[in-house]
Amino acid sequence: MSAQSLPDVVRIDNLNVTFATDGGAVKAVDGVSLRVAPGEVLAIVGESGSGKTVTAKTILGLLPETATAHGAVILSSKDGSNSNDVLSVSKQKLRQLRGTDVSMVFQEPSTALNPVFTVGWQIAEGIRAHGEFSRKEARAKAIEILGRVGIPDPESRVDYYPHQFSGGQKQRVVIAMALVLDPGLIVADEPTTALDVTVQAEILDLLRRCRDEFGTAIVLITHNMGVVADLADRVVVMYEGKVVEEAPAQDLFSNPKHEYTKRLLGSVPRVGHGTVRATARLQARECDWVNQTPVVVANNLKIQYPGRLGKPGFTAVDGVSFSIRPGEVLGLVGESGSGKTTIGRAMGGLTKVTGGSLTVLGHEMNGFRERAFKKVRSDIGFVFQDPASSFNPLLTIAECVAEPLVVHGRAANTRAARKRVDELLEAVQLPKAFGDRYPHELSGGQRQRASLARGLALEPSLLIADEPTSALDVSVQAKVLELFAEIQAEFGFAALFISHDLAVVDILADRIAVLYKGKLVEEGTGAEVLGAPKDPYTQRLLASLPVPDPATQALRRDELRLLRAAR
Amino acid sequence: MTIDTTHAPKAPLWTRLPVVHQLRQSVGLQRGMLVVGLVLTGIFILTAIFAPLLAPYGYSQLRDDSGPFGAQQEPGGDHLLGTTVGGYDVLSRVIWGSQTAITVMVIAVVLSIFAGVALGLVSGYFGGWLDRVLVVVCDAVYAFPALLLAIVMGIVISGGRSGLWGGIFAAAISITVVFIPQYFRVIRAETVRIKAEAYVESARVLGASNGRIMFRHVLRNATRTLPLIFTLNASEALLTLAGLGFIGFGIEPSSAAEWGYDLNKSLSDVTSGIWWTSLFPGLAIVLVVLGITLVGESLNDLADPRLRSRRAPGKTAGIVAATSVIPGGTLAGGPGGIDGLEAGLPAHDQHVNDDPFEAK
Repeated sequence: MSAQSLPDVVRIDNLNVTFATDGGAVKAVDGVSLRVAPGEVLAIVGESGSGKTVTAKTILGLLPETATAHGAVILSSKDGSNSNDVLSVSKQKLRQLRGTDVSMVFQEPSTALNPVFTVGWQIAEGIRAHGEFSRKEARAKAIEILGRVGIPDPESRVDYYPHQFSGGQKQRVVIAMALVLDPGLIVADEPTTALDVTVQAEILDLLRRCRDEFGTAIVLITHNMGVVADLADRVVVMYEGKVVEEAPAQDLFSNPKHEYTKRLLGSVPRVGHGTVRATARLQARECDWVNQTPVVVANNLKIQYPGRLGKPGFTAVDGVSFSIRPGEVLGLVGESGSGKTTIGRAMGGLTKVTGGSLTVLGHEMNGFRERAFKKVRSDIGFVFQDPASSFNPLLTIAECVAEPLVVHGRAANTRAARKRVDELLEAVQLPKAFGDRYPHELSGGQRQRASLARGLALEPSLLIADEPTSALDVSVQAKVLELFAEIQAEFGFAALFISHDLAVVDILADRIAVLYKGKLVEEGTGAEVLGAPKDPYTQRLLASLPVPDPATQALRRDELRLLRAAR
Repeated sequence: MTIDTTHAPKAPLWTRLPVVHQLRQSVGLQRGMLVVGLVLTGIFILTAIFAPLLAPYGYSQLRDDSGPFGAQQEPGGDHLLGTTVGGYDVLSRVIWGSQTAITVMVIAVVLSIFAGVALGLVSGYFGGWLDRVLVVVCDAVYAFPALLLAIVMGIVISGGRSGLWGGIFAAAISITVVFIPQYFRVIRAETVRIKAEAYVESARVLGASNGRIMFRHVLRNATRTLPLIFTLNASEALLTLAGLGFIGFGIEPSSAAEWGYDLNKSLSDVTSGIWWTSLFPGLAIVLVVLGITLVGESLNDLADPRLRSRRAPGKTAGIVAATSVIPGGTLAGGPGGIDGLEAGLPAHDQHVNDDPFEAK
């Protein structure tokens, strides 16, 4: 890169990390060697459990007590004046290295900042831990760095508390904390995963500036191939604790060599792929389909959460109208806080409708009564976002899937329902034997299939899927989405598919509705919404979505810049 | 249920029993604490059960065939631990005392655990005014000193006369009153947390009744911290019984043996150099409370993965766990790939050492 004479900021040689668990020793990292040159962005990609986060945390010496690491992690300071092996230095030395030679940007900015101190204090804390600075000097440095990461009016905002910043600004503050001592290397662990896609684009811009203006090398850990394409110079693909491929970003995307990398890239959803399928489905429908009674009709729907005493409530959904016809999949897209989950919950009778009208299967949800709605419930399936928490940990999968059958009296008990449960598990392509396992014995993708089986148990005419794949790895997500599409075609239920990811919705949905701050800004078929978005917000959303191809992504970045400037 | 052939054989039943499982799981200091606690508690329970066989004399026996025991006899001879000022055999009193102690514990725990858990569950699940009233009542009960309450109970139950059951129930009921709020609070807090979990919501979406959700989904998940309070409750019951006896509201020596009473009677002995009458009942109280508390503490630590210590792994120990549950990675299985799934083993008992892509 720019300075060939300087040594690598970090060089990892044959690193092994083993964790002590209840089930015995488990190796998380197995003979990994890699190096990062000064000013280089190295992306480490892989599915969860591939050892990418453990590798990165080793660089900072942040492994938990249960872990044992062997090998060498040679960390050099920015000017190349000294090098240390992180695994063998004393705790005191390690503390000196953190912040000055290497620092970290965390995934969730709202938990990485201490809510009871001002951001200025928290930045100054890091400065004063590494040398003699007066309060005034530290504060001046904090203001300077906040300005440089793009916080407007840093002189007054240095005294703000974390909750006074938005999510994206909080992540900027976290990055400012990492940059303040001018380290040679920043380890960024999924820095944009918790952020909305439009904010993600801004943070990626900032990280790019870190490299260009500060000359900082970045180790970027992510599972999002779009982010990799946007930012990385070089990519390391990890699988089951080993490095399976290492290549410059351009080469990796255009010419992946390893089988796993090829499949990983193949499973990344891309906007525009689903449009063909949606058109085919539309043509297959009967001609009077448009005139059939819709399963769900929302008319000027308003949902307000009650506020504290004396304060007005928070309006989550504000005057939304849409309808879902039988057998149709409506994709609901929006950022966090746009009200998309609230709409899904209202349809399932979990949240009260406070205004307008929402009719679900002929039942008016405004003025909802549980007793009257109970019969309708057997016609509604629900798939939750987090497969880890949507199953009772003490019941087996078969018992969980049998729950709806038992509750609605279709089976006397779990044992009587077993035959039907086995059929359902096979429908979602899980082996029958999985019924006897407990939820924690299944992987995320398998659990989400079981969750789908539970949603389908009563053969509902409406399925509400709330971000069913957002907690899954991209490779698993592709399979679950494919399964969802297959089953939808087979069972023919109508579905509300909620997601924050346009590309995911595109794969499944017949029509797409875009929500922004509780309002429906655009609705139409996939071709209409994604092909020629009319609303400026949809345009921005679409342009912010990074595509897994470095060359195309560079062009899209410029387009987005124009869009933002035009706003 | 069908028999799962792909499953790894389940561990034998006895290793999955509550305490045995934790004992096998523990290592190092935690194991030491648990073992000491279990041994102490075990000795206590066995002594209580076999008291009639173990004790050389009855708890109220003052004389045998060869005449009266005599007061304040030194340990040795016919009386291994000596005799008290009242002429009772100390060893026999200590052994019989364990029976009284265990009765109080069982009654106190049984009375408070059911009421506390049921109230906590209902209060946490439904919320609203009922919840608020119960929380206020429980807070008020906290302000009551248990011993004072026990004295009042003793007077109410037996009019101040200290028979066997009067004394036992006075201690047990006062402990019940104090401990119901503790069970209530713990279960209520857990219920409130679990109520927001996705699996409870999914049960609500299905249209499951409140009773079904409460007992099938919430209750069993909310009982995680019960062992700790359970043991605290038991040792507190013992301490209250001993405290009652010590301040003179105990059980008369003619109706049962009780350690607190013996301690009270040995007060004057201490200054005159007679150590055996106070040492052994006191030691019995301390060891039983210590044993039970150690069991509770270590069970609590073991239940929490963050507090649980584990064996340190060797230098190159461990195999890379197959994080992908489907052989060859998640990409290989899935729709259209059920063959791969059927042959698959769960993640924790399958290890892939070689590169799964080599074959391709």
